[in-house]
Amino acid sequence: MNVTLIDVVILCLLVITTIAINQQRNLFATTMLTGIYSLLCASLFVCLDAVDVAFTEAAVGAGIATILFLGTLALTSFEEKTAVKVSFPGLFIVIVTGGLLIYGLNDIPFFGSPDNPVQTYLASKYINESANEIGIPNLVTSVLASYRGYDTLGETTVIFTAGIGVLMLLGRAKGKNRSLLGDER
Amino acid sequence: MEHHLVLRVVARTLIPLIMLFALYVQFHGDYGPGGGFQAGVIFAVAFILYGLIYGVDKLRDVVHPGLIRSLAAFGVLLYVGVGIASIIGGGEFLNYNALATDPVAGQHIGIILIELGVGITVASTMIILFYAFARP
Repeated sequence: MNVTLIDVVILCLLVITTIAINQQRNLFATTMLTGIYSLLCASLFVCLDAVDVAFTEAAVGAGIATILFLGTLALTSFEEKTAVKVSFPGLFIVIVTGGLLIYGLNDIPFFGSPDNPVQTYLASKYINESANEIGIPNLVTSVLASYRGYDTLGETTVIFTAGIGVLMLLGRAKGKNRSLLGDER
Repeated sequence: MEHHLVLRVVARTLIPLIMLFALYVQFHGDYGPGGGFQAGVIFAVAFILYGLIYGVDKLRDVVHPGLIRSLAAFGVLLYVGVGIASIIGGGEFLNYNALATDPVAGQHIGIILIELGVGITVASTMIILFYAFARP
C-alpha cells in the first residue's frame, strides 16, 4: 500500500477537524466543520481513485447534509446545552465496543490485499465481462445499475422512505397544531 | 434574504448552470463519474439554492409540494416498472437483457431508465426534506 504525502495531510486534517467538532459548542460552527469533514473525505476518495464515491460525498455530505443541519438548527437552537457530565456506563460501553472493533480488525484483509475474497473472483469477473455484457465504459455504473440492480433499488426505496418519514414527522400543514395521529385539536 | 443583491445575482447566474450540470451528470453517468444519485442531489440543490435566496414561499410557487411528492413515488415506480418490464420480456426481475432483442442494447435502455428513476426520486426527496425543514 502506497501512502503518499497528500494522504497523510488529508488524514491529519480529518483528525484535526474531528477534534475541532468535539471541542466546539456552537452548533453553527459544528455544522460548518462537518461540511469541511465531508469535503476532506471526498478528497481522500479521489486519492483512492473512487471518483464516483467522492462525487456523492461532496454533493450529499458537504452540500445537502449541511443545508439540512442548518434547517434543523433554525427550528431548534444554535447553542449546544452545556451540561457535560461524564457518564461512566457510557464510557465503559464505548471502550468495550471500540476494543471489540479493533480486535475484529485482525480478521479483515488488508486494504487492497489480493487475497481479499472480493478481489479473487468477483472483481475480475466484473472487470473482464462488463465491456461485453453491459457495454458501457463506466464500470461503477454497470456494477451499480445492472449487476447490483437489486441493491440500488433498495437504496432508492430507502431514500423514498426517509422522505416519507420526514413528511410524516414535520410535513404537516403549516401553522396548524395538528397531532400525528389525528386532527382532534 | 431579499436585500442580498450579490447573492441574488450570483444565484440567478448559477441556477441554470447547476441544472445543466445535473443533467450532464445524469445522462453521462454511463461514460464518466456520476449517475442518478449525484445528479438528483445536484438538481435538487438548484431548487434549494433558489429557496434559500428568494424564500421558500417563492419556491413553493415554482414546484408544488404535492407534485414533488408524486414525483418521489414515480421514481421508485419507474425503477420497479423496468424490473417488471424485464419479467414481461422473458427475463428475471431487473435483468435488462430482456428489454430489447440485443442484450447490450437492453442493458443500455435499462440502465438509463433506472438511473432516471433514481435521479427523480433523489431530487424530489431532497426538495421534500428541504420543504419540511425550512418551514418557519
